[in-house]
Parts: sequence; structure tokens; C-alpha cells
Amino acid sequence: MPDQNLTGTRSTAPVAEVAQAEAGPPPGKPRSLWSDAWSDLRRKPSFLIAGAMILVLIIIAAFPSLFTSASPREADLQGAFLRSPELTKFFSPEWFGYDSQGRSVYARVIYGTRASIVIGVSVTVIVLFLGSLVGMIAGYFGGWVDAVVSRIVDTFMGIPFLLGAMVILVSFDVRGKLVITLALAVLGWTTIARVMRGSVISVKQADYVQAARSLGAGTWRILLRHVLPNAMAPVIVVAMVALGGYISAEATLSYLGIGLADPAMSWGSDINTGKDQIRVALHVLIFPSIMLSGTILAFLMMGDAVRDALDPKLR
Amino acid sequence: MGRYVVRRLLQMIPVFIGATLLVFLMMYALPGDPVRALYGERSVDEAQIAAIKAELGLDLPLMQQYWNYLLGVFQGDFGTQIASRRPVMDVITQALPATIRLTVLAFLITVVLGVGMGLVAGLRRGGKTDRAILFVTLIFISVPVFVIGYAYQNFFANTLGWTTPTVRDPEAWTQLILPAMVLASLSLAYVARLTRTSIAENARADYMRTAKAKGLSRPRAVTVHLMRNSLIPVVTFLGVDIGNLMAGAIVTEGIFNVQGIGSAVYRALSFREGATVVGIVTFMIVVYLVVTLLVDLLYAVLDPRIRYA
Repeated sequence: MPDQNLTGTRSTAPVAEVAQAEAGPPPGKPRSLWSDAWSDLRRKPSFLIAGAMILVLIIIAAFPSLFTSASPREADLQGAFLRSPELTKFFSPEWFGYDSQGRSVYARVIYGTRASIVIGVSVTVIVLFLGSLVGMIAGYFGGWVDAVVSRIVDTFMGIPFLLGAMVILVSFDVRGKLVITLALAVLGWTTIARVMRGSVISVKQADYVQAARSLGAGTWRILLRHVLPNAMAPVIVVAMVALGGYISAEATLSYLGIGLADPAMSWGSDINTGKDQIRVALHVLIFPSIMLSGTILAFLMMGDAVRDALDPKLR
Repeated sequence: MGRYVVRRLLQMIPVFIGATLLVFLMMYALPGDPVRALYGERSVDEAQIAAIKAELGLDLPLMQQYWNYLLGVFQGDFGTQIASRRPVMDVITQALPATIRLTVLAFLITVVLGVGMGLVAGLRRGGKTDRAILFVTLIFISVPVFVIGYAYQNFFANTLGWTTPTVRDPEAWTQLILPAMVLASLSLAYVARLTRTSIAENARADYMRTAKAKGLSRPRAVTVHLMRNSLIPVVTFLGVDIGNLMAGAIVTEGIFNVQGIGSAVYRALSFREGATVVGIVTFMIVVYLVVTLLVDLLYAVLDPRIRYA
């Protein structure tokens, strides 16, 4: 190993244990790694719970009006100023109480889901595409291409994630979902690129790649049909865990006042508003916090379960 | 070893130049004019804006500005606050002691609790304690720092009354314990999980069997053989984690009103003082790069198996 700091051991912690996962089905077994993992996952309670939570969250994000009749922007200062939650009135606007502008906290929690899910998923998709492509090229071609790419990755890695996002976002006057997504993606693709590079290096010497090459397959065919499917497993796992991190990052930025802000709805900015009344009306702070933490938890649990299923060392 | 140090130092140069250039471009190539922002909606004299820009060197070509900025960073000059014309370095030196105290405390909590929990869990892999620790760390990872911050503040300070909800005197270590626990929570969870995996993997290694066979007591085998071999990835992580701690400090210091670098950034963010944010963030990035370099060097000392040609 010419340079130990490129191997991915310096990326985030749970990632490190994954990076060396060997992809590829063991000989003599007809089932592929993926179908093996799938039959494993179907019987895992943590995967099923996380999957159900994520499914519900996606439905909420897509159709918030199915879950509440109240509008998240309708303010009733006279009647509902900081009214406490009525926890027995399920799914009604007063379920989680009202905030300092007389808006239903329940409705805001429901409508705030979309920002988190959309930003988390789009950042992950962009990062997966960009990071995989760059990592694959660096890992497969090696030599000077690898050296140049690795230096670029190192440079981006030199900027701590949230600090970098702050510098980007502070110069925008209005920050929509798109700007935040791009800011997080610009800083986030390097983790995936590093893991993909390591994974491709361990796969490219495999017999089936040599066989494909000796049969005269072109570079892109080898990359897309043979290398990519077998190098994908650790990358998918890292991306799933990272998704939770991106949701957390968006919320943190919105909380700090440089992410989404009114009139856009986000749990982070609602928590920021709620913090001022923490001693008189804890409920304004607590319900978006629970939703946010639960969402991140669901994606992390999913990532953990998938990692265990894809890691042949634990079999 | 000597050659490795030199090589590592040389590798730092492009990374340093690249990272500062990125930060610089993010600040100046993106929309928004910091001088004009100073005036908000009021109408301003173009000549006045030009004068302020000339004074701060903002009218020079972009690369010239970057060169000046880089020269400044090497001399400990991280720019000037546009509104007050106060050097950002002043703000940093004034706020640094509180942040160092907070970070050191958080770092200690991370190392002691994180490695401790990871060791216990790793040695009893699959047991009840292990599962409990895994669950607790999963919670710590999924609950964002600012939520943990308000939860702790509300519970330990407002409900139990064990400590003050905000830090009144940053010199007092006892008041810093609560914010340090909040700041440490995320890293603590990662360190515990990383240690657990590493310990559990190495506990089955041949050298552990040999240690047992030659009659070494269990505590000695664990501390001298197992720990030393298992902590290498943890040390690496701790170095990288300084970056997370600094970002976390912005949130934590804001919640607990610690007068440190983090709350300086927090305030600058709410007043939209771009130059201050970029100055302090650049400073943090420099600290981060130096720490990762030191950790890489330490890595070579810790693990004699790694030979850097």
C-alpha cells in the first residue's frame, strides 16, 4: 500500500469495518451475494422495523395532506398560542399542541418530513453516482489517474463536512432545497469515492475480471458488467449510513439558521424556533426532535442491518 | 520513519493549498456581496462601497486576493470583520481558551467512556451488555447534537438542578461538564462501536491464544496485547474526529452560551458576518489538517508493522 491514508480507514467509523467486505458469491453456492443477503434480511426484525418506518416516512413526505387536515401555515394567535398537546386526540391538529404563532405542531411535523427525506435521498443519489464513478476510475486505472484523483479527494477530505457546508451556504441569501442538496453533495462525494476505489482495487484482480478481459471485453463493459456489481456492496452500505448523516446535517444547518427557513418547512428550523420557549412550552421543541431522531435512526438501523447481511465475515 | 515524515509533510502542501482555495472560492465566487450586505436594503453610494472594497482589498483580481489571503493565513491573519474592522484573529485568540477547555474535556470523555464501553462490549460480544451498549450508541448517533443538548440542558439543569443551564464562567470546569458531555456524545458512540468491532475481531487472534497458553493473566493479556493492537483504528478515528468536534462546538457553545470560538461562529452566522465565518472556519481547517498530520505520524509510532518506505 503506497499511501495508507487513501484506503478508507480514515473515513467515518462504521464505514471502516465495511470497506474490506469481499464481494462475490462463494464458489459452489448457486445464490448470489444479493439474494443471500435478501433472504437474511427478510428474517431480521431490525430491518423490518426500519423498513416499515422508512416506508411510512416516504408516504408522509409524498402525501402530507393524507395525515392531517390542518394547514401547517395557518396561525391562530388568539386561540391557540402555545396551547399544550392533547395526547389522546390522535391525528387531530391539536395532538402535539400549538407553537408560539398558533400553528399546529402536528401539521408542521408532518409537512416538515418532505424537506428531510428529499434532501437526504437526493444528496445520497448524487453522491453515489459521482463518488462511484470517480472511485471506480481511480481504482481501476491506477497509476497517475489514481494519484491525481486521490489528491483531489484528500483536498476535499481536508474540509470538515459541516464547516464546509456553512461556508458555502452563508454566502446565499435564499437557500432552497436545491442549494442545500448541492452544498452537501459537493462535500460528501469523497467518502463514497474512497470506499469505491478500495473496493474496485480488491475486485479488479479477480479471475472473472481477467477472464472477461481475455475474452476481449472492452474496458467499459468490464467496468459496468463485472467490476461494478461486485464492488458495489460496501458502497451501498456506506451510502445508507451516510443518508442518515445527510438528514442530520440538513437539520443542523437549518437549526443554525443557514439551511431552510420560513416559509420552507424543516424540522431543524422548527427546533430552532422552539428553543426560545423551552421552559414554557417544551412540546414545540420535543415533537420535531423526536421525528428527526426517529428518521435518522430508521436509516441507520437499515444501514446496520444491510451491512451485517452483506458482510460474509459474519456468516 | 524520517522519510515518511518528510513525505507526509510534502503531501500536506497540496492538500492545504487545495482546501484553503476551495474555502476561498466558496466564499468569493458564490453570489452575495459582503460589503453591500452590510447596508441591507438601504440605498448606498457606489463610491463608498468601492472605497470599503479597496480598503479591504476586495477589488483586486480573484487570484491576487487568494494569494493575499494565503499569505495572511501563514502569518496568522484570518481576515477582518467587515462591519467592525476588527481582525478575526483577535476574535479567535479571545475565544480560544474556552473552546480548548471544552474540547479537551469532551475529548477525555470520548476516550475514557468510548474505549471503556467498546472494550466491555467487544469482550462480551453477543451478550446482553453488548446489545445494550450497541443500542445506546445507536441512539447517540441518531439523535442530532442540538437535540441532545436541549434534552440534557432541560433534564440535568432545569429539572434536576445539578448544574447551571448555561455556562456563566468558562473558567469553571464543573460548569463545562454538561456541554462537554453533549459535545462528546456522537464521537463517544463512534469510538465505542469502533473499539468493539476491533476488540471482538482481535480477541480471537492467535496471539491472544498464545498469551493464554503461556500463562499470562487475562487482564494483562487484554491490556498489553489486545488493547494495543485494537486501538490503532480508534486513534486514527480520534484524529479525524477533531473536525466533528469543532463543528459540534458551534452548536454546543451556542446552546450553553460558552464564550468560545463556536459561539463566535454561531453569532457570526446569525448576523450573516460572512468574513468572520470564513476566517474562523479557515482557522479550524488549519487546526484540523495539523491534527490529522500528527495522528498519521503517531500511527507510524504505534504500529511498527507499518513500514513507510
